[in-house]
Amino acid sequence: MDRSTLIRKSEWAWEIPKTGRMLVPGILFASDALIDELDNKVNEQLSNVAALPGIVGAAYAMPDAHWGYGFPIGGVAAFDPKEGGVISAGGVGFDISCGVRTLLTPFNRCDVERIRTKLADELFYHVPAGVGSTSRLNLTKSEMTAMLAGGARWAVEQGFGLPDDAERIEYCGQCDDADPDEVSKEARRRQVEEMGTLGSGNHYLELQVVTEIMEESIAKAFGLVRNGVVVSIHCGSRGLGHQVATEFARRMVMEAAEYGIRVNDRELASVPAYSPPGKAYYGAMRAAANCALANRQILSHFVREVFKRVAGEDPLRLLYDVSHNLCSLEEHEVDGKLKRLYVHRKGATRALGPGHSDLPVCYQKTGQPVLVGGTMGTASYILAGTAGGDRLAFSSACHGAGRSQSRSQAMKQYRGEDVIEKLKRRNITIKARSFRGVAEEAPAAYKDVSAVVQATVGAGLARMVAKLEPMICVKG
Amino acid sequence: MTTRWEHFDHQADIGIRGYGPTVEAAFEQAGLAVTSVMVPVERVAEDSLIVVQCEAPDLELLLVDWLNGILREMSAKRMVFSRFHVTLDGTRLRGELWGELINSQRHEPSGEVKGASYYEARVWQDEDGGWVAQCVVDV
Repeated sequence: MDRSTLIRKSEWAWEIPKTGRMLVPGILFASDALIDELDNKVNEQLSNVAALPGIVGAAYAMPDAHWGYGFPIGGVAAFDPKEGGVISAGGVGFDISCGVRTLLTPFNRCDVERIRTKLADELFYHVPAGVGSTSRLNLTKSEMTAMLAGGARWAVEQGFGLPDDAERIEYCGQCDDADPDEVSKEARRRQVEEMGTLGSGNHYLELQVVTEIMEESIAKAFGLVRNGVVVSIHCGSRGLGHQVATEFARRMVMEAAEYGIRVNDRELASVPAYSPPGKAYYGAMRAAANCALANRQILSHFVREVFKRVAGEDPLRLLYDVSHNLCSLEEHEVDGKLKRLYVHRKGATRALGPGHSDLPVCYQKTGQPVLVGGTMGTASYILAGTAGGDRLAFSSACHGAGRSQSRSQAMKQYRGEDVIEKLKRRNITIKARSFRGVAEEAPAAYKDVSAVVQATVGAGLARMVAKLEPMICVKG
Repeated sequence: MTTRWEHFDHQADIGIRGYGPTVEAAFEQAGLAVTSVMVPVERVAEDSLIVVQCEAPDLELLLVDWLNGILREMSAKRMVFSRFHVTLDGTRLRGELWGELINSQRHEPSGEVKGASYYEARVWQDEDGGWVAQCVVDV
């Protein structure tokens, strides 16, 4: 990114000054190296977001930011509904409540080495993944409505999990502000056979080993030990979420002008959060989030069944489940006043600091676990929310590595078979249904996740807790 | 103007573009471009017909509706398509989608397309009179 357009605020923060139609400045959290790598389009997209009605504070970009469609990926923006603040379907994206959940296993690296092949094969067989995959579940009309209202809690009630899973999930496993009535027949039709499926693209199911602990006391509270093995699941709300996003993005394009909202990119189309279409979107989007929470809960059940069969152990314990594509109504202090804001995070994770009332008792002292996914060949990290994060970017942190190369470039440059072979030599087992998909997701097509995490921690958005390395990765 | 499609670069997602002598042909090619993100279309048989209908006030919106209609049918019916036939009547579109049920071994699908966005969505007539239809899709 052209540095002449920015004002350096600190070692890790850069400001895009307010110009033209911008109502607030843009703030980018990044190191020198990450700023230089960043495309100027992120600047353009963040400036567009900063011009949307009712935005407060600033339009933020996390250190893994890259240009997206409308909002940048890694973007955070909060809107005050009492000041005409908007809600935008494009500000959340197609994969509503895409997120990561991590489960703790009682095993260490050596234990898993002994059963590596069997585990990899069984997980690949029993966890539906890839384009067109279906699970053995087939929801009736009333089950679908109950799922959209109940989220992971509904899934637990159906036998997919343990009662105490729910408290270790954002929103205690259920967005209670969901409105299933706003989810169309078409969206429901797409989900009938898709519950309990992983999807494809950058979604994964991964066994990871803890290779470094940076904060012993927090790691202990999270249940993480050096050499311990965890399971991470990255996926979202599947076809239902995609359809909800599609329908409301269109509705906002059609209705924005009625509210006097004009944007130079239709993907930024928004409506006042308190307007009828704004309220309808919020309810539908939160119902789609429940779908994602239920989906990850069901997938966890499949994983637990495999572990029980292969390793004969008690069910795996849940560490946390956090979304990184979502809009939520949250309380934040702005200019000394407590306000209820519609906080959009598109490719950004919520990162609540210690003592926050939305955190379960077990994480009150530590702050929220922040799950940062890497690629199939690089590290993932577990961070914790900070007390100062609220003032910096409405308690938000990075969500992953962020792409550095486009999918078409990656397809031209790498062969899936080679990527798998290369990772095998590093003792990483890849189980994938598509070599083409593996090529697109080649680790070299992503930014250095360690640099992203370093900038996140340096900026004070989160604290470093543990580093994880992949052992087995199941891809769609 | 040759009838063809291509992908254009976008950092996280994929740009799709269709060219044709008419708007209809450009839309058909854009359909092939979006399908090709997921599967090699030459491997897909034209066994079944699905019809998608949409209506929109301008061509950009109509293009995005059309592509999202294709994606919706792929997802809901677990199908992939290899031939499209589009007819336009003013602002109304009727599209025929020819394809078959997805077969992961034969089609070897890569990432699923989650939706067609309005970002870079444009439909225009080139200097030589041919039509171009493009947008960015989320993968």
